[in-house]
Order: sequence, then structure tokens, then C-alpha cells
Amino acid sequence: MTPVLELRNVGVSFDGFRALDGVDLTVQKGELRFLIGPNGAGKTTLIDCVTGLTKPSEGEIRFEGKVIGNLKEHRRVKLGIGRSFQTPTVFETLSVIDNLDLAEAFRRPMGSLFRRRRNVSSGVQETLERIGLATVAERPAGSLSHGQKQWLEVGMLLVQRPRLLLLDEPVAGMSPSERQQTGELLVELAGEHTVVVVEHDMAFLRSFASTVTVLHEGKVLSEGSVAEVQADPIVREVYLGRSRDQRSGAVVAAGEET
Amino acid sequence: MSGDAATKVGFLVGADTTDTTPAAEATGQGGRRRGREPRAVRAPGRRGRGPAGSGGLGSWAPRGAYVLFAVALLAFPRLVGTPTDARQWAEWLCYAIVAVGLDIAWGYGGMLALGQGLFFGLGAYAMAMHLSLEQVPDGSLPSFMSLYSDNTELPLIWRPFQSFWITVIAAVAVPAVVAMLLGLLVFKRRIRGPYFALLTQATAVIFALVLIGNLKLTAGFNGLTGFSTIFGRNKYAPETNSWLYDLAAVALLVVLGVAMIVVRSRFGKLLQATRDSEDRVRFLGYDPAVVKTIGFVIAAAMAGAAGAIAAPVFGIVSPGQFDYAPSILMICWVAVGGRGKLWGAVLGALLVNWTRVTVSDARPDDWQYLQGALFVVILAFAPGGFAGMISSGWQRATAKVRPRPSGHALELEEVPA
Repeated sequence: MTPVLELRNVGVSFDGFRALDGVDLTVQKGELRFLIGPNGAGKTTLIDCVTGLTKPSEGEIRFEGKVIGNLKEHRRVKLGIGRSFQTPTVFETLSVIDNLDLAEAFRRPMGSLFRRRRNVSSGVQETLERIGLATVAERPAGSLSHGQKQWLEVGMLLVQRPRLLLLDEPVAGMSPSERQQTGELLVELAGEHTVVVVEHDMAFLRSFASTVTVLHEGKVLSEGSVAEVQADPIVREVYLGRSRDQRSGAVVAAGEET
Repeated sequence: MSGDAATKVGFLVGADTTDTTPAAEATGQGGRRRGREPRAVRAPGRRGRGPAGSGGLGSWAPRGAYVLFAVALLAFPRLVGTPTDARQWAEWLCYAIVAVGLDIAWGYGGMLALGQGLFFGLGAYAMAMHLSLEQVPDGSLPSFMSLYSDNTELPLIWRPFQSFWITVIAAVAVPAVVAMLLGLLVFKRRIRGPYFALLTQATAVIFALVLIGNLKLTAGFNGLTGFSTIFGRNKYAPETNSWLYDLAAVALLVVLGVAMIVVRSRFGKLLQATRDSEDRVRFLGYDPAVVKTIGFVIAAAMAGAAGAIAAPVFGIVSPGQFDYAPSILMICWVAVGGRGKLWGAVLGALLVNWTRVTVSDARPDDWQYLQGALFVVILAFAPGGFAGMISSGWQRATAKVRPRPSGHALELEEVPA
């Protein structure tokens, strides 16, 4: 079976700094993959390479077997690669519905966009309910809370039905209950979609991750299930670092909770 | 100096939109919607009813305003206008057409196009060439050519303009094609903000220089003039003035109607989305360069149409009317009237030009200063222009009069910012 996402020996240099260095990564269809690593490990850079924001200086990126290295960002979106950003960006002057509607309309030919939206498509309506914003659908997106904006951004991704979703810190700044909801949504999405999540939050990771890839200084350090990665002595060394005792205490606590 | 200019332009572009119109509009809308809770509740049912039901109050209000404006515009000269006045107003209506287009590019698309004079001029020159040929028998040269050149037959570039309909099409199509090429060139390279503004301004300057430099084809600095008949009508007859007014008024109504359809369509929302966050639009799968180019082309086509009508209204078409200074004034109209609102652009063009004529009649030396002061004051204290002030004032008024349906007594005191 062709993997959804394949990175072979991908490297990125910023003025001599190796943000990514010979990264190999394979994500299979339907996976929910977490990318973790200390600050500056190259997690966001990796996502940027897949979505076209950053051009790798070497290596090859394949999406569903197709080399995508030379495609512009919007072409990759049309292929089925969706992403979210660390800071949620929604169109604040437009209503929630219009945000979702524009996201959904991206495959329409430009000429057909000159017609007015007459009604709410079933896709938009479903998404509105799924992200819990049906009651504020007509409000300008700028008036939403931070958490709601993050949900709206996720909704804008979902309504596009991407085959690969890349989420950059989707729960940053969310309340515990919102995190729980987001995590459940991610688990639900995986299978139907392929999801890659960059996350810092360890408790979140333990609750919802199946496969984890650990990046460190631009390289893949370890890969496996949460338990395997946690048991990996090198990971403990570089990632958990100085606060090892404290962290492993937290691991036990989190494990008991769930 | 140039760095200074760039900073100022950067301020105008509003790359950081937090304190300019979009944000102001957002809070404004928030305020308005809060005051009209019942509408939001009715909304889903209304939406289901198909085309006829798609309006509701929210979209009937602009349509009603449009009809009222159309009636007022066409009735106005018949009630108060004198023939000389009519010509004056026809000129301002042409400016209003330019302003509507510019509002699409700048107000909705965030593209500070400082060179609309180029497109206005292309339209005007197309029509002026046709009118120049109207003054002489078929096949002979326009009068200036026998003075400045030794041409014996009509130059190739003049020939299409013998036909009225080709002229009309060219007046809109040539600016549109030029804008498309310019837009794709600039936006595909992701040139934006102050760089785009300066670049467009340069195109207007180059256009004027090209016109001046090609004396034999364009009559150079003097421009095309001496139209004693306009489409067979006597230029000096009073009826011609009111005819030109009607022509400009109908054109403005058509352009305004098209603009309303554009800004309320999905494309209009996409244009605003691109203004607010180009990168996000890119990651939604749209090419922002294409979106912006289309917006820019619409603005250029409208400016071209305005130019074609302005040529007979002016009675003379010369390079000085289309270089950088008039192009910047066009931005002033939209800024003063209120960008991001179509009626604001119309209001701005009419108001600024009416004030210009009134003030410079009374005190010819002071207008320039007043105009500069007006522009600065508006940008500093009311970035939404007059339209922004009027609509937020209206919201404040209606918020006080109409109690909120689910309202608590305390909330009635709340005044939307």
C-alpha cells in the first residue's frame, strides 16, 4: 500500500542552521501521528515543507506516491493536504458560515464564485454542528473566543475533506474540556483522514496518541507507540532532560487518570 | 524622502488591519447584529426558501437604497439642475464610477492602487480618439495630425476607433487587459503593500510620459480636443449636457449594481478574506494572486468605462488629467467617503468634488490646503471615512431606540463602540 505521506532524507537549512537534517518519515493511511520534540526540533518546519511554505534544500516529499516538492501551496491543498497554524487565523470580518463556506468552495471554478451563496450546504451545516458553532453561525468570526476560533479553523479544514490533515498545536490555549473534545475529534477523524499533529502537551499526547515520532535538532530520534517512545532511554535523555524525575511522576499520574 | 513616502504609503495600505476599517467594521457589525437578535433567529428558515427568500431585511435594505438612489439621481437634474450644472455633475458621476471600482480594489481587496489614472486615461483616450475622428470626414486624419506629423493616412492604432462599438469595448477591455497583465506580474511575485502602491503609481506616471512623448499619435501635452460634436450632438447645446448627465448616471447605476453583486458574492468574501489574510487564503486552496488580479481588473474596467464617458464631458483629454496627482486624488475620494462601503465611495467622490468646486470658486487659493487637511483629518480620526461615521452613528441611534428583545435593563445602556 502506498503511504499517504513519505519524506525521504529531507533537509532544510536556514542561513547555515540545519532546521531539518535527513528526515525520513512515513505516515500510513488513516494514522493519527503525533510529532513531538523540544523547541527548535523542526516540527513546524517539517509541516511547512509538506505544505509548501518552506522549500527543502534536499530530499523528496511524496503525497500518495506523487512527488509534490515543486507544487505551490494552493495546489497541494487541492491535492488534499490541509493544515492549521499555531495561531488560529480566521477571516474576522466574515461570518462563521462564510468562513466555512469559502473553505468548502475551494474546488469550484473561479467564475462560479460570482454567484451569491443562497443557502447553507449540508457539508457546512454538519461541520457547524460538529465544531459546536451552530448557535453563533451568523456572527463575525472576529467576535469568537480564542477556543472557538481554533475550532472554526479546524472546521474550515474538515469541510474541505482533506486526505491528510496537518495540525500545528491544535490545543494550545484551550481549556481542559476543550482539549478533551479536540482529542476525541482527532481520534474520530483518524481512519477516515490521515492526521499528523504537532503537540507540546504531554498529557494530551498520552491520552490520544497512538504513534509518536520524536524529533530532535532536525533529526528523527525515535518512533513508535507512546509506551515505546517513553521507554526509549535516548528520548528520556534529550527530551525529558533535566526534569526527568518530575516528568516521569507526571507520566504515572496521567496514566492513572485515563 | 523615498523612505518617508514608503512609510506613509504603508500606513495607507493598512498592512496591519487591526486599527483600520476592517476591524472597525467587525466591531460595528457585532454591535448591529447584537441589536437585531430576532433576525438571526429567523435566519435558517429564510435561507431555505431559495432565491426569492435569500434576501431578508439584511439584503433588501441595500436594494431599496439602490432604487431610491437611482430615482434621486435621475430625477435630480430635472428638478434643480441648470444645463451647465448638469455637465459638472456628469463629471463627478464619472469620478464616482472610478471610486466604486477603486473601493473594490482597495476597500475590499486591500490593494492600494495609486495609478487608477492609467485606466481612467486609457478609457478616456479611446473615446477621445473616436470623437476626434468624428470631427473629420471618414478616412481623413484628425486635425492635430496634419499639424504635427507628415502622416498621409490614419495610423494603425487609430483605425479601430473609427467604429463606435469597438471604441466602447476597447475603453473597457484595454484597461482590463493591462490590469490583468500588471496584476499577474505583480501578485504572482507576491509583491504587495507599499511596493504595489508605488508600482501602480509609477505606471500612471509612465502612461502620462508616453502620451506626451508620442506627439504625432496623441497630440502630446496638448491632448485631444476640439470636439464640436459629440455622437452627432452639438457640444454647446444645453440638451447635450443633460444627455451626458443621464449617460453618466445610468453608467454609475450599472457599475454600482455590478459592484454590489461582486462584493456580496462568494468572490467578494474571498477578496475580503485575501485582504485580511493572504496566507490563510492560500492554504484554503485558492491562489491569492488570481483573486487579487480579478479584483484589480474589475477596478480597472470600471475606471476605463468612467474615462470613456468623461472624455465627452471634459471636452478635452490630455496627459495631465491622468498622471500621478489625479490618481492620488481618486484614493482621497474613497478614503474620505469611506472605504469598504460602496456607497461611501460614491459619497466621497461627489462630496470631495462638490466641495472642491464650491471652495475654489469662493477662495481659489485655499482648496489645496483644505483638501490636504480633510484627507489627514479623516485618516487620523475616522479611518472608516464618512460612511464609517454615518453607519456607526446609525447603529448607535438604533441601538438606543430599539430595546434588545432579550435585553436586561442594564444592557440597554450599552453603546456599541
